[in-house]
Amino acid sequence: MNRKFLLVAALATAFSVSGAQAQTEIQWWHSMGGALGDKVNELANKFNASQTAYKVVPSYKGSYPESMTAAIAAYRAGNAPHIVQVFEVGTATMMAGKGAVVPVYKLMKDADEPFDPKAYIGPVSGYYSDSQGNMLSFPFNSSTVVFYINKDAYKKAGLDTEKAPKTWKEFLAAAEKLKAAGQQCVYTSGWPSWMHIENFSAWHNVPIGTKENGMAGIDTAFQVNSPLHVRHVAMLGDMAKKGLLTYAGRRNQAEAKFASGECAMLTSSTGAQANIRRTAKFDWSVNMIPYHDDVKGAPQNSIIGGASLWVMGGKTNNAYKGIAKFFAFLSKPEIQMEWHIGTGYVPITKAAYDLTRKSGFYDKNPGADIAIKQLMNKPPTANSKGLRFGNFVQGREVIEEEMEAVIMGKKDAKSAMDEAVKRGNDILRKFEAANKG
Amino acid sequence: MEKRVVFKSAWLPYVLLLPQITITVLFFFWPAAQAVYYSFQVQDAFGLTSKFVWFENYIYLFKDSHYLSSFRVTAFFSVMVATSGIVISLVLATMADSVVRGALAYKTFLIWPYAVAPAIAGVLWAFIFAPSIGIVTYFLKKLGVDWNWIINSEQAMLLVVVASVWKQISYNFLFFLAGLQSIPKSLLEAAAIDGAGPFRRFWTIVFPLLSPTTFFLLVMNIIYSFFDTFGVIDATTEGGPGDATKILVYKVYYDGVKAADLGGSSAQSVILMAIVVTLTVIQFRYIERRVQY
Repeated sequence: MNRKFLLVAALATAFSVSGAQAQTEIQWWHSMGGALGDKVNELANKFNASQTAYKVVPSYKGSYPESMTAAIAAYRAGNAPHIVQVFEVGTATMMAGKGAVVPVYKLMKDADEPFDPKAYIGPVSGYYSDSQGNMLSFPFNSSTVVFYINKDAYKKAGLDTEKAPKTWKEFLAAAEKLKAAGQQCVYTSGWPSWMHIENFSAWHNVPIGTKENGMAGIDTAFQVNSPLHVRHVAMLGDMAKKGLLTYAGRRNQAEAKFASGECAMLTSSTGAQANIRRTAKFDWSVNMIPYHDDVKGAPQNSIIGGASLWVMGGKTNNAYKGIAKFFAFLSKPEIQMEWHIGTGYVPITKAAYDLTRKSGFYDKNPGADIAIKQLMNKPPTANSKGLRFGNFVQGREVIEEEMEAVIMGKKDAKSAMDEAVKRGNDILRKFEAANKG
Repeated sequence: MEKRVVFKSAWLPYVLLLPQITITVLFFFWPAAQAVYYSFQVQDAFGLTSKFVWFENYIYLFKDSHYLSSFRVTAFFSVMVATSGIVISLVLATMADSVVRGALAYKTFLIWPYAVAPAIAGVLWAFIFAPSIGIVTYFLKKLGVDWNWIINSEQAMLLVVVASVWKQISYNFLFFLAGLQSIPKSLLEAAAIDGAGPFRRFWTIVFPLLSPTTFFLLVMNIIYSFFDTFGVIDATTEGGPGDATKILVYKVYYDGVKAADLGGSSAQSVILMAIVVTLTVIQFRYIERRVQY
């Protein structure tokens, strides 16, 4: 028995050696730099070692917008990669590229590979599915926004370190106390629009835009000038004026301010944890983001950020088979768990979450499961399953410009958010005109 | 009498011109024509569908108040960059010209920054002035200055102007130095004998004689601030906070490259092209006449 097995194995190896020339290369463009890039290479190597017909070749193409632009330009020039990693705000643009991309559900069906969208947690599958529930891209790295506090600063201000503020009311009270205790930078936030508009809306179950946040059609319009939005942005402006909010920029610059101990509270991506763990010389904790307790139904659930993998069109059937195999490989719970633990991104399948829980990882790393708990807080509604706005790279920038105007004290919240809606809708109409065909 | 060299062959001059013309057509005229062509279209990111929309992209731009404010930002920015760049380098060149010992070392150090790519210059300044970790920020804090250009638009503008000027000083310096060295010493000596002080000598002799150089540099600096500074801005403020440092060329880049809006971006670059052509024509036709050569 054993000998027979060895013989088969030897034969298989011999065949694979002779078949090495016929290996199909699968180009994978991604935006995972540094330690994350090493993890990506690890995944590819593992897959390449697990079979011999295909070889996945990952290449780092710069930041999210850069690799997306590179892939689009390459498509226009006729030499697109097979797989490209696209960040969440690029979703609508990719989806509109019918013919330029191959929907993942179709890819998996054609290749007869198992693929179950229900295996993914709701906020993940919802984000990347069309209105019929077909998954168009393959979820890869997902994060969400969480709330970090510096426990040492809390202690110094006489606050309960085990009771992070749950509501914005409690948050403001704590902020005042921290300020009174001499804390220079009380609160800062990464990704202002993602945190204070997009996740804020989902968390309070209010729409960001019509048509289920754009998921039910490209004739959508922004609704971020609702009284609740205006009130929240006004609160941020007020905090900035009182010196309770230190604005740090549109991306993750705020995370360094927290990790260095400069700021006592931070709302930013779950992805910040790895860095904070490495650099912070103080006690800290991860918590759910605050909510306004007078809003009915809050807190709902938060939405994801991060990126998914898109398959580009115009490749050979054989290559598509290989991509499908690779995706099936990435879907395995143990691979998912490895990625989740190694990177700090949230586990995106229920199986991976269960597996990680059983492994005892969350007991050893308190707070590592806050993100997924927050994502699964309640079953997602039309307002909280995600968003899909055309040219949202520009749309988000418009929102951030207007928020900055409020934080600088140059505009009041109402007129800023009205302006954001007006300018944002212009962008949406332009996208609609370009993609109607 | 005018001295003329005439080619005997009819086609040789064209052959000799061909490489330069090919490069100009391939890398300047063709892309420019493409930009004009795209500016009349609305296209999806992948180029799968495109629609001819006449001037819709332009109309959209001029209805956008933020695009119009970008003109104001650009005008302020280029005036600041051009004037302070020219003034500072003129002062430096005059001083370096009168240095006797170690002149070469001074000159080399002053020319050095020109070798730095704009994006790297941007990163350098962004580091030095970084709101949390910058070394200058640290000292400013000690002086009681709250330095955070991430949210303070005046400071953000100051930062990009300083970084852009620093980058351009070497270029200006080089031209001024050459200009200064070509001024006949005898003129200055004669003036000195007549009793004119150094300040007077500068204003009545040196400065007028430098005016062609100054004029040339004015044109070059404005073009520089219009186009080449985008690397500095991208590496520091990225146009923010709000749209405080979003100059025209940065918006072209952002909308076209990052936001995949080719039509809108092309329309903007056509407008930018028109502005620079107009500025250059005005400068050479009207201002140049008043410059003393």
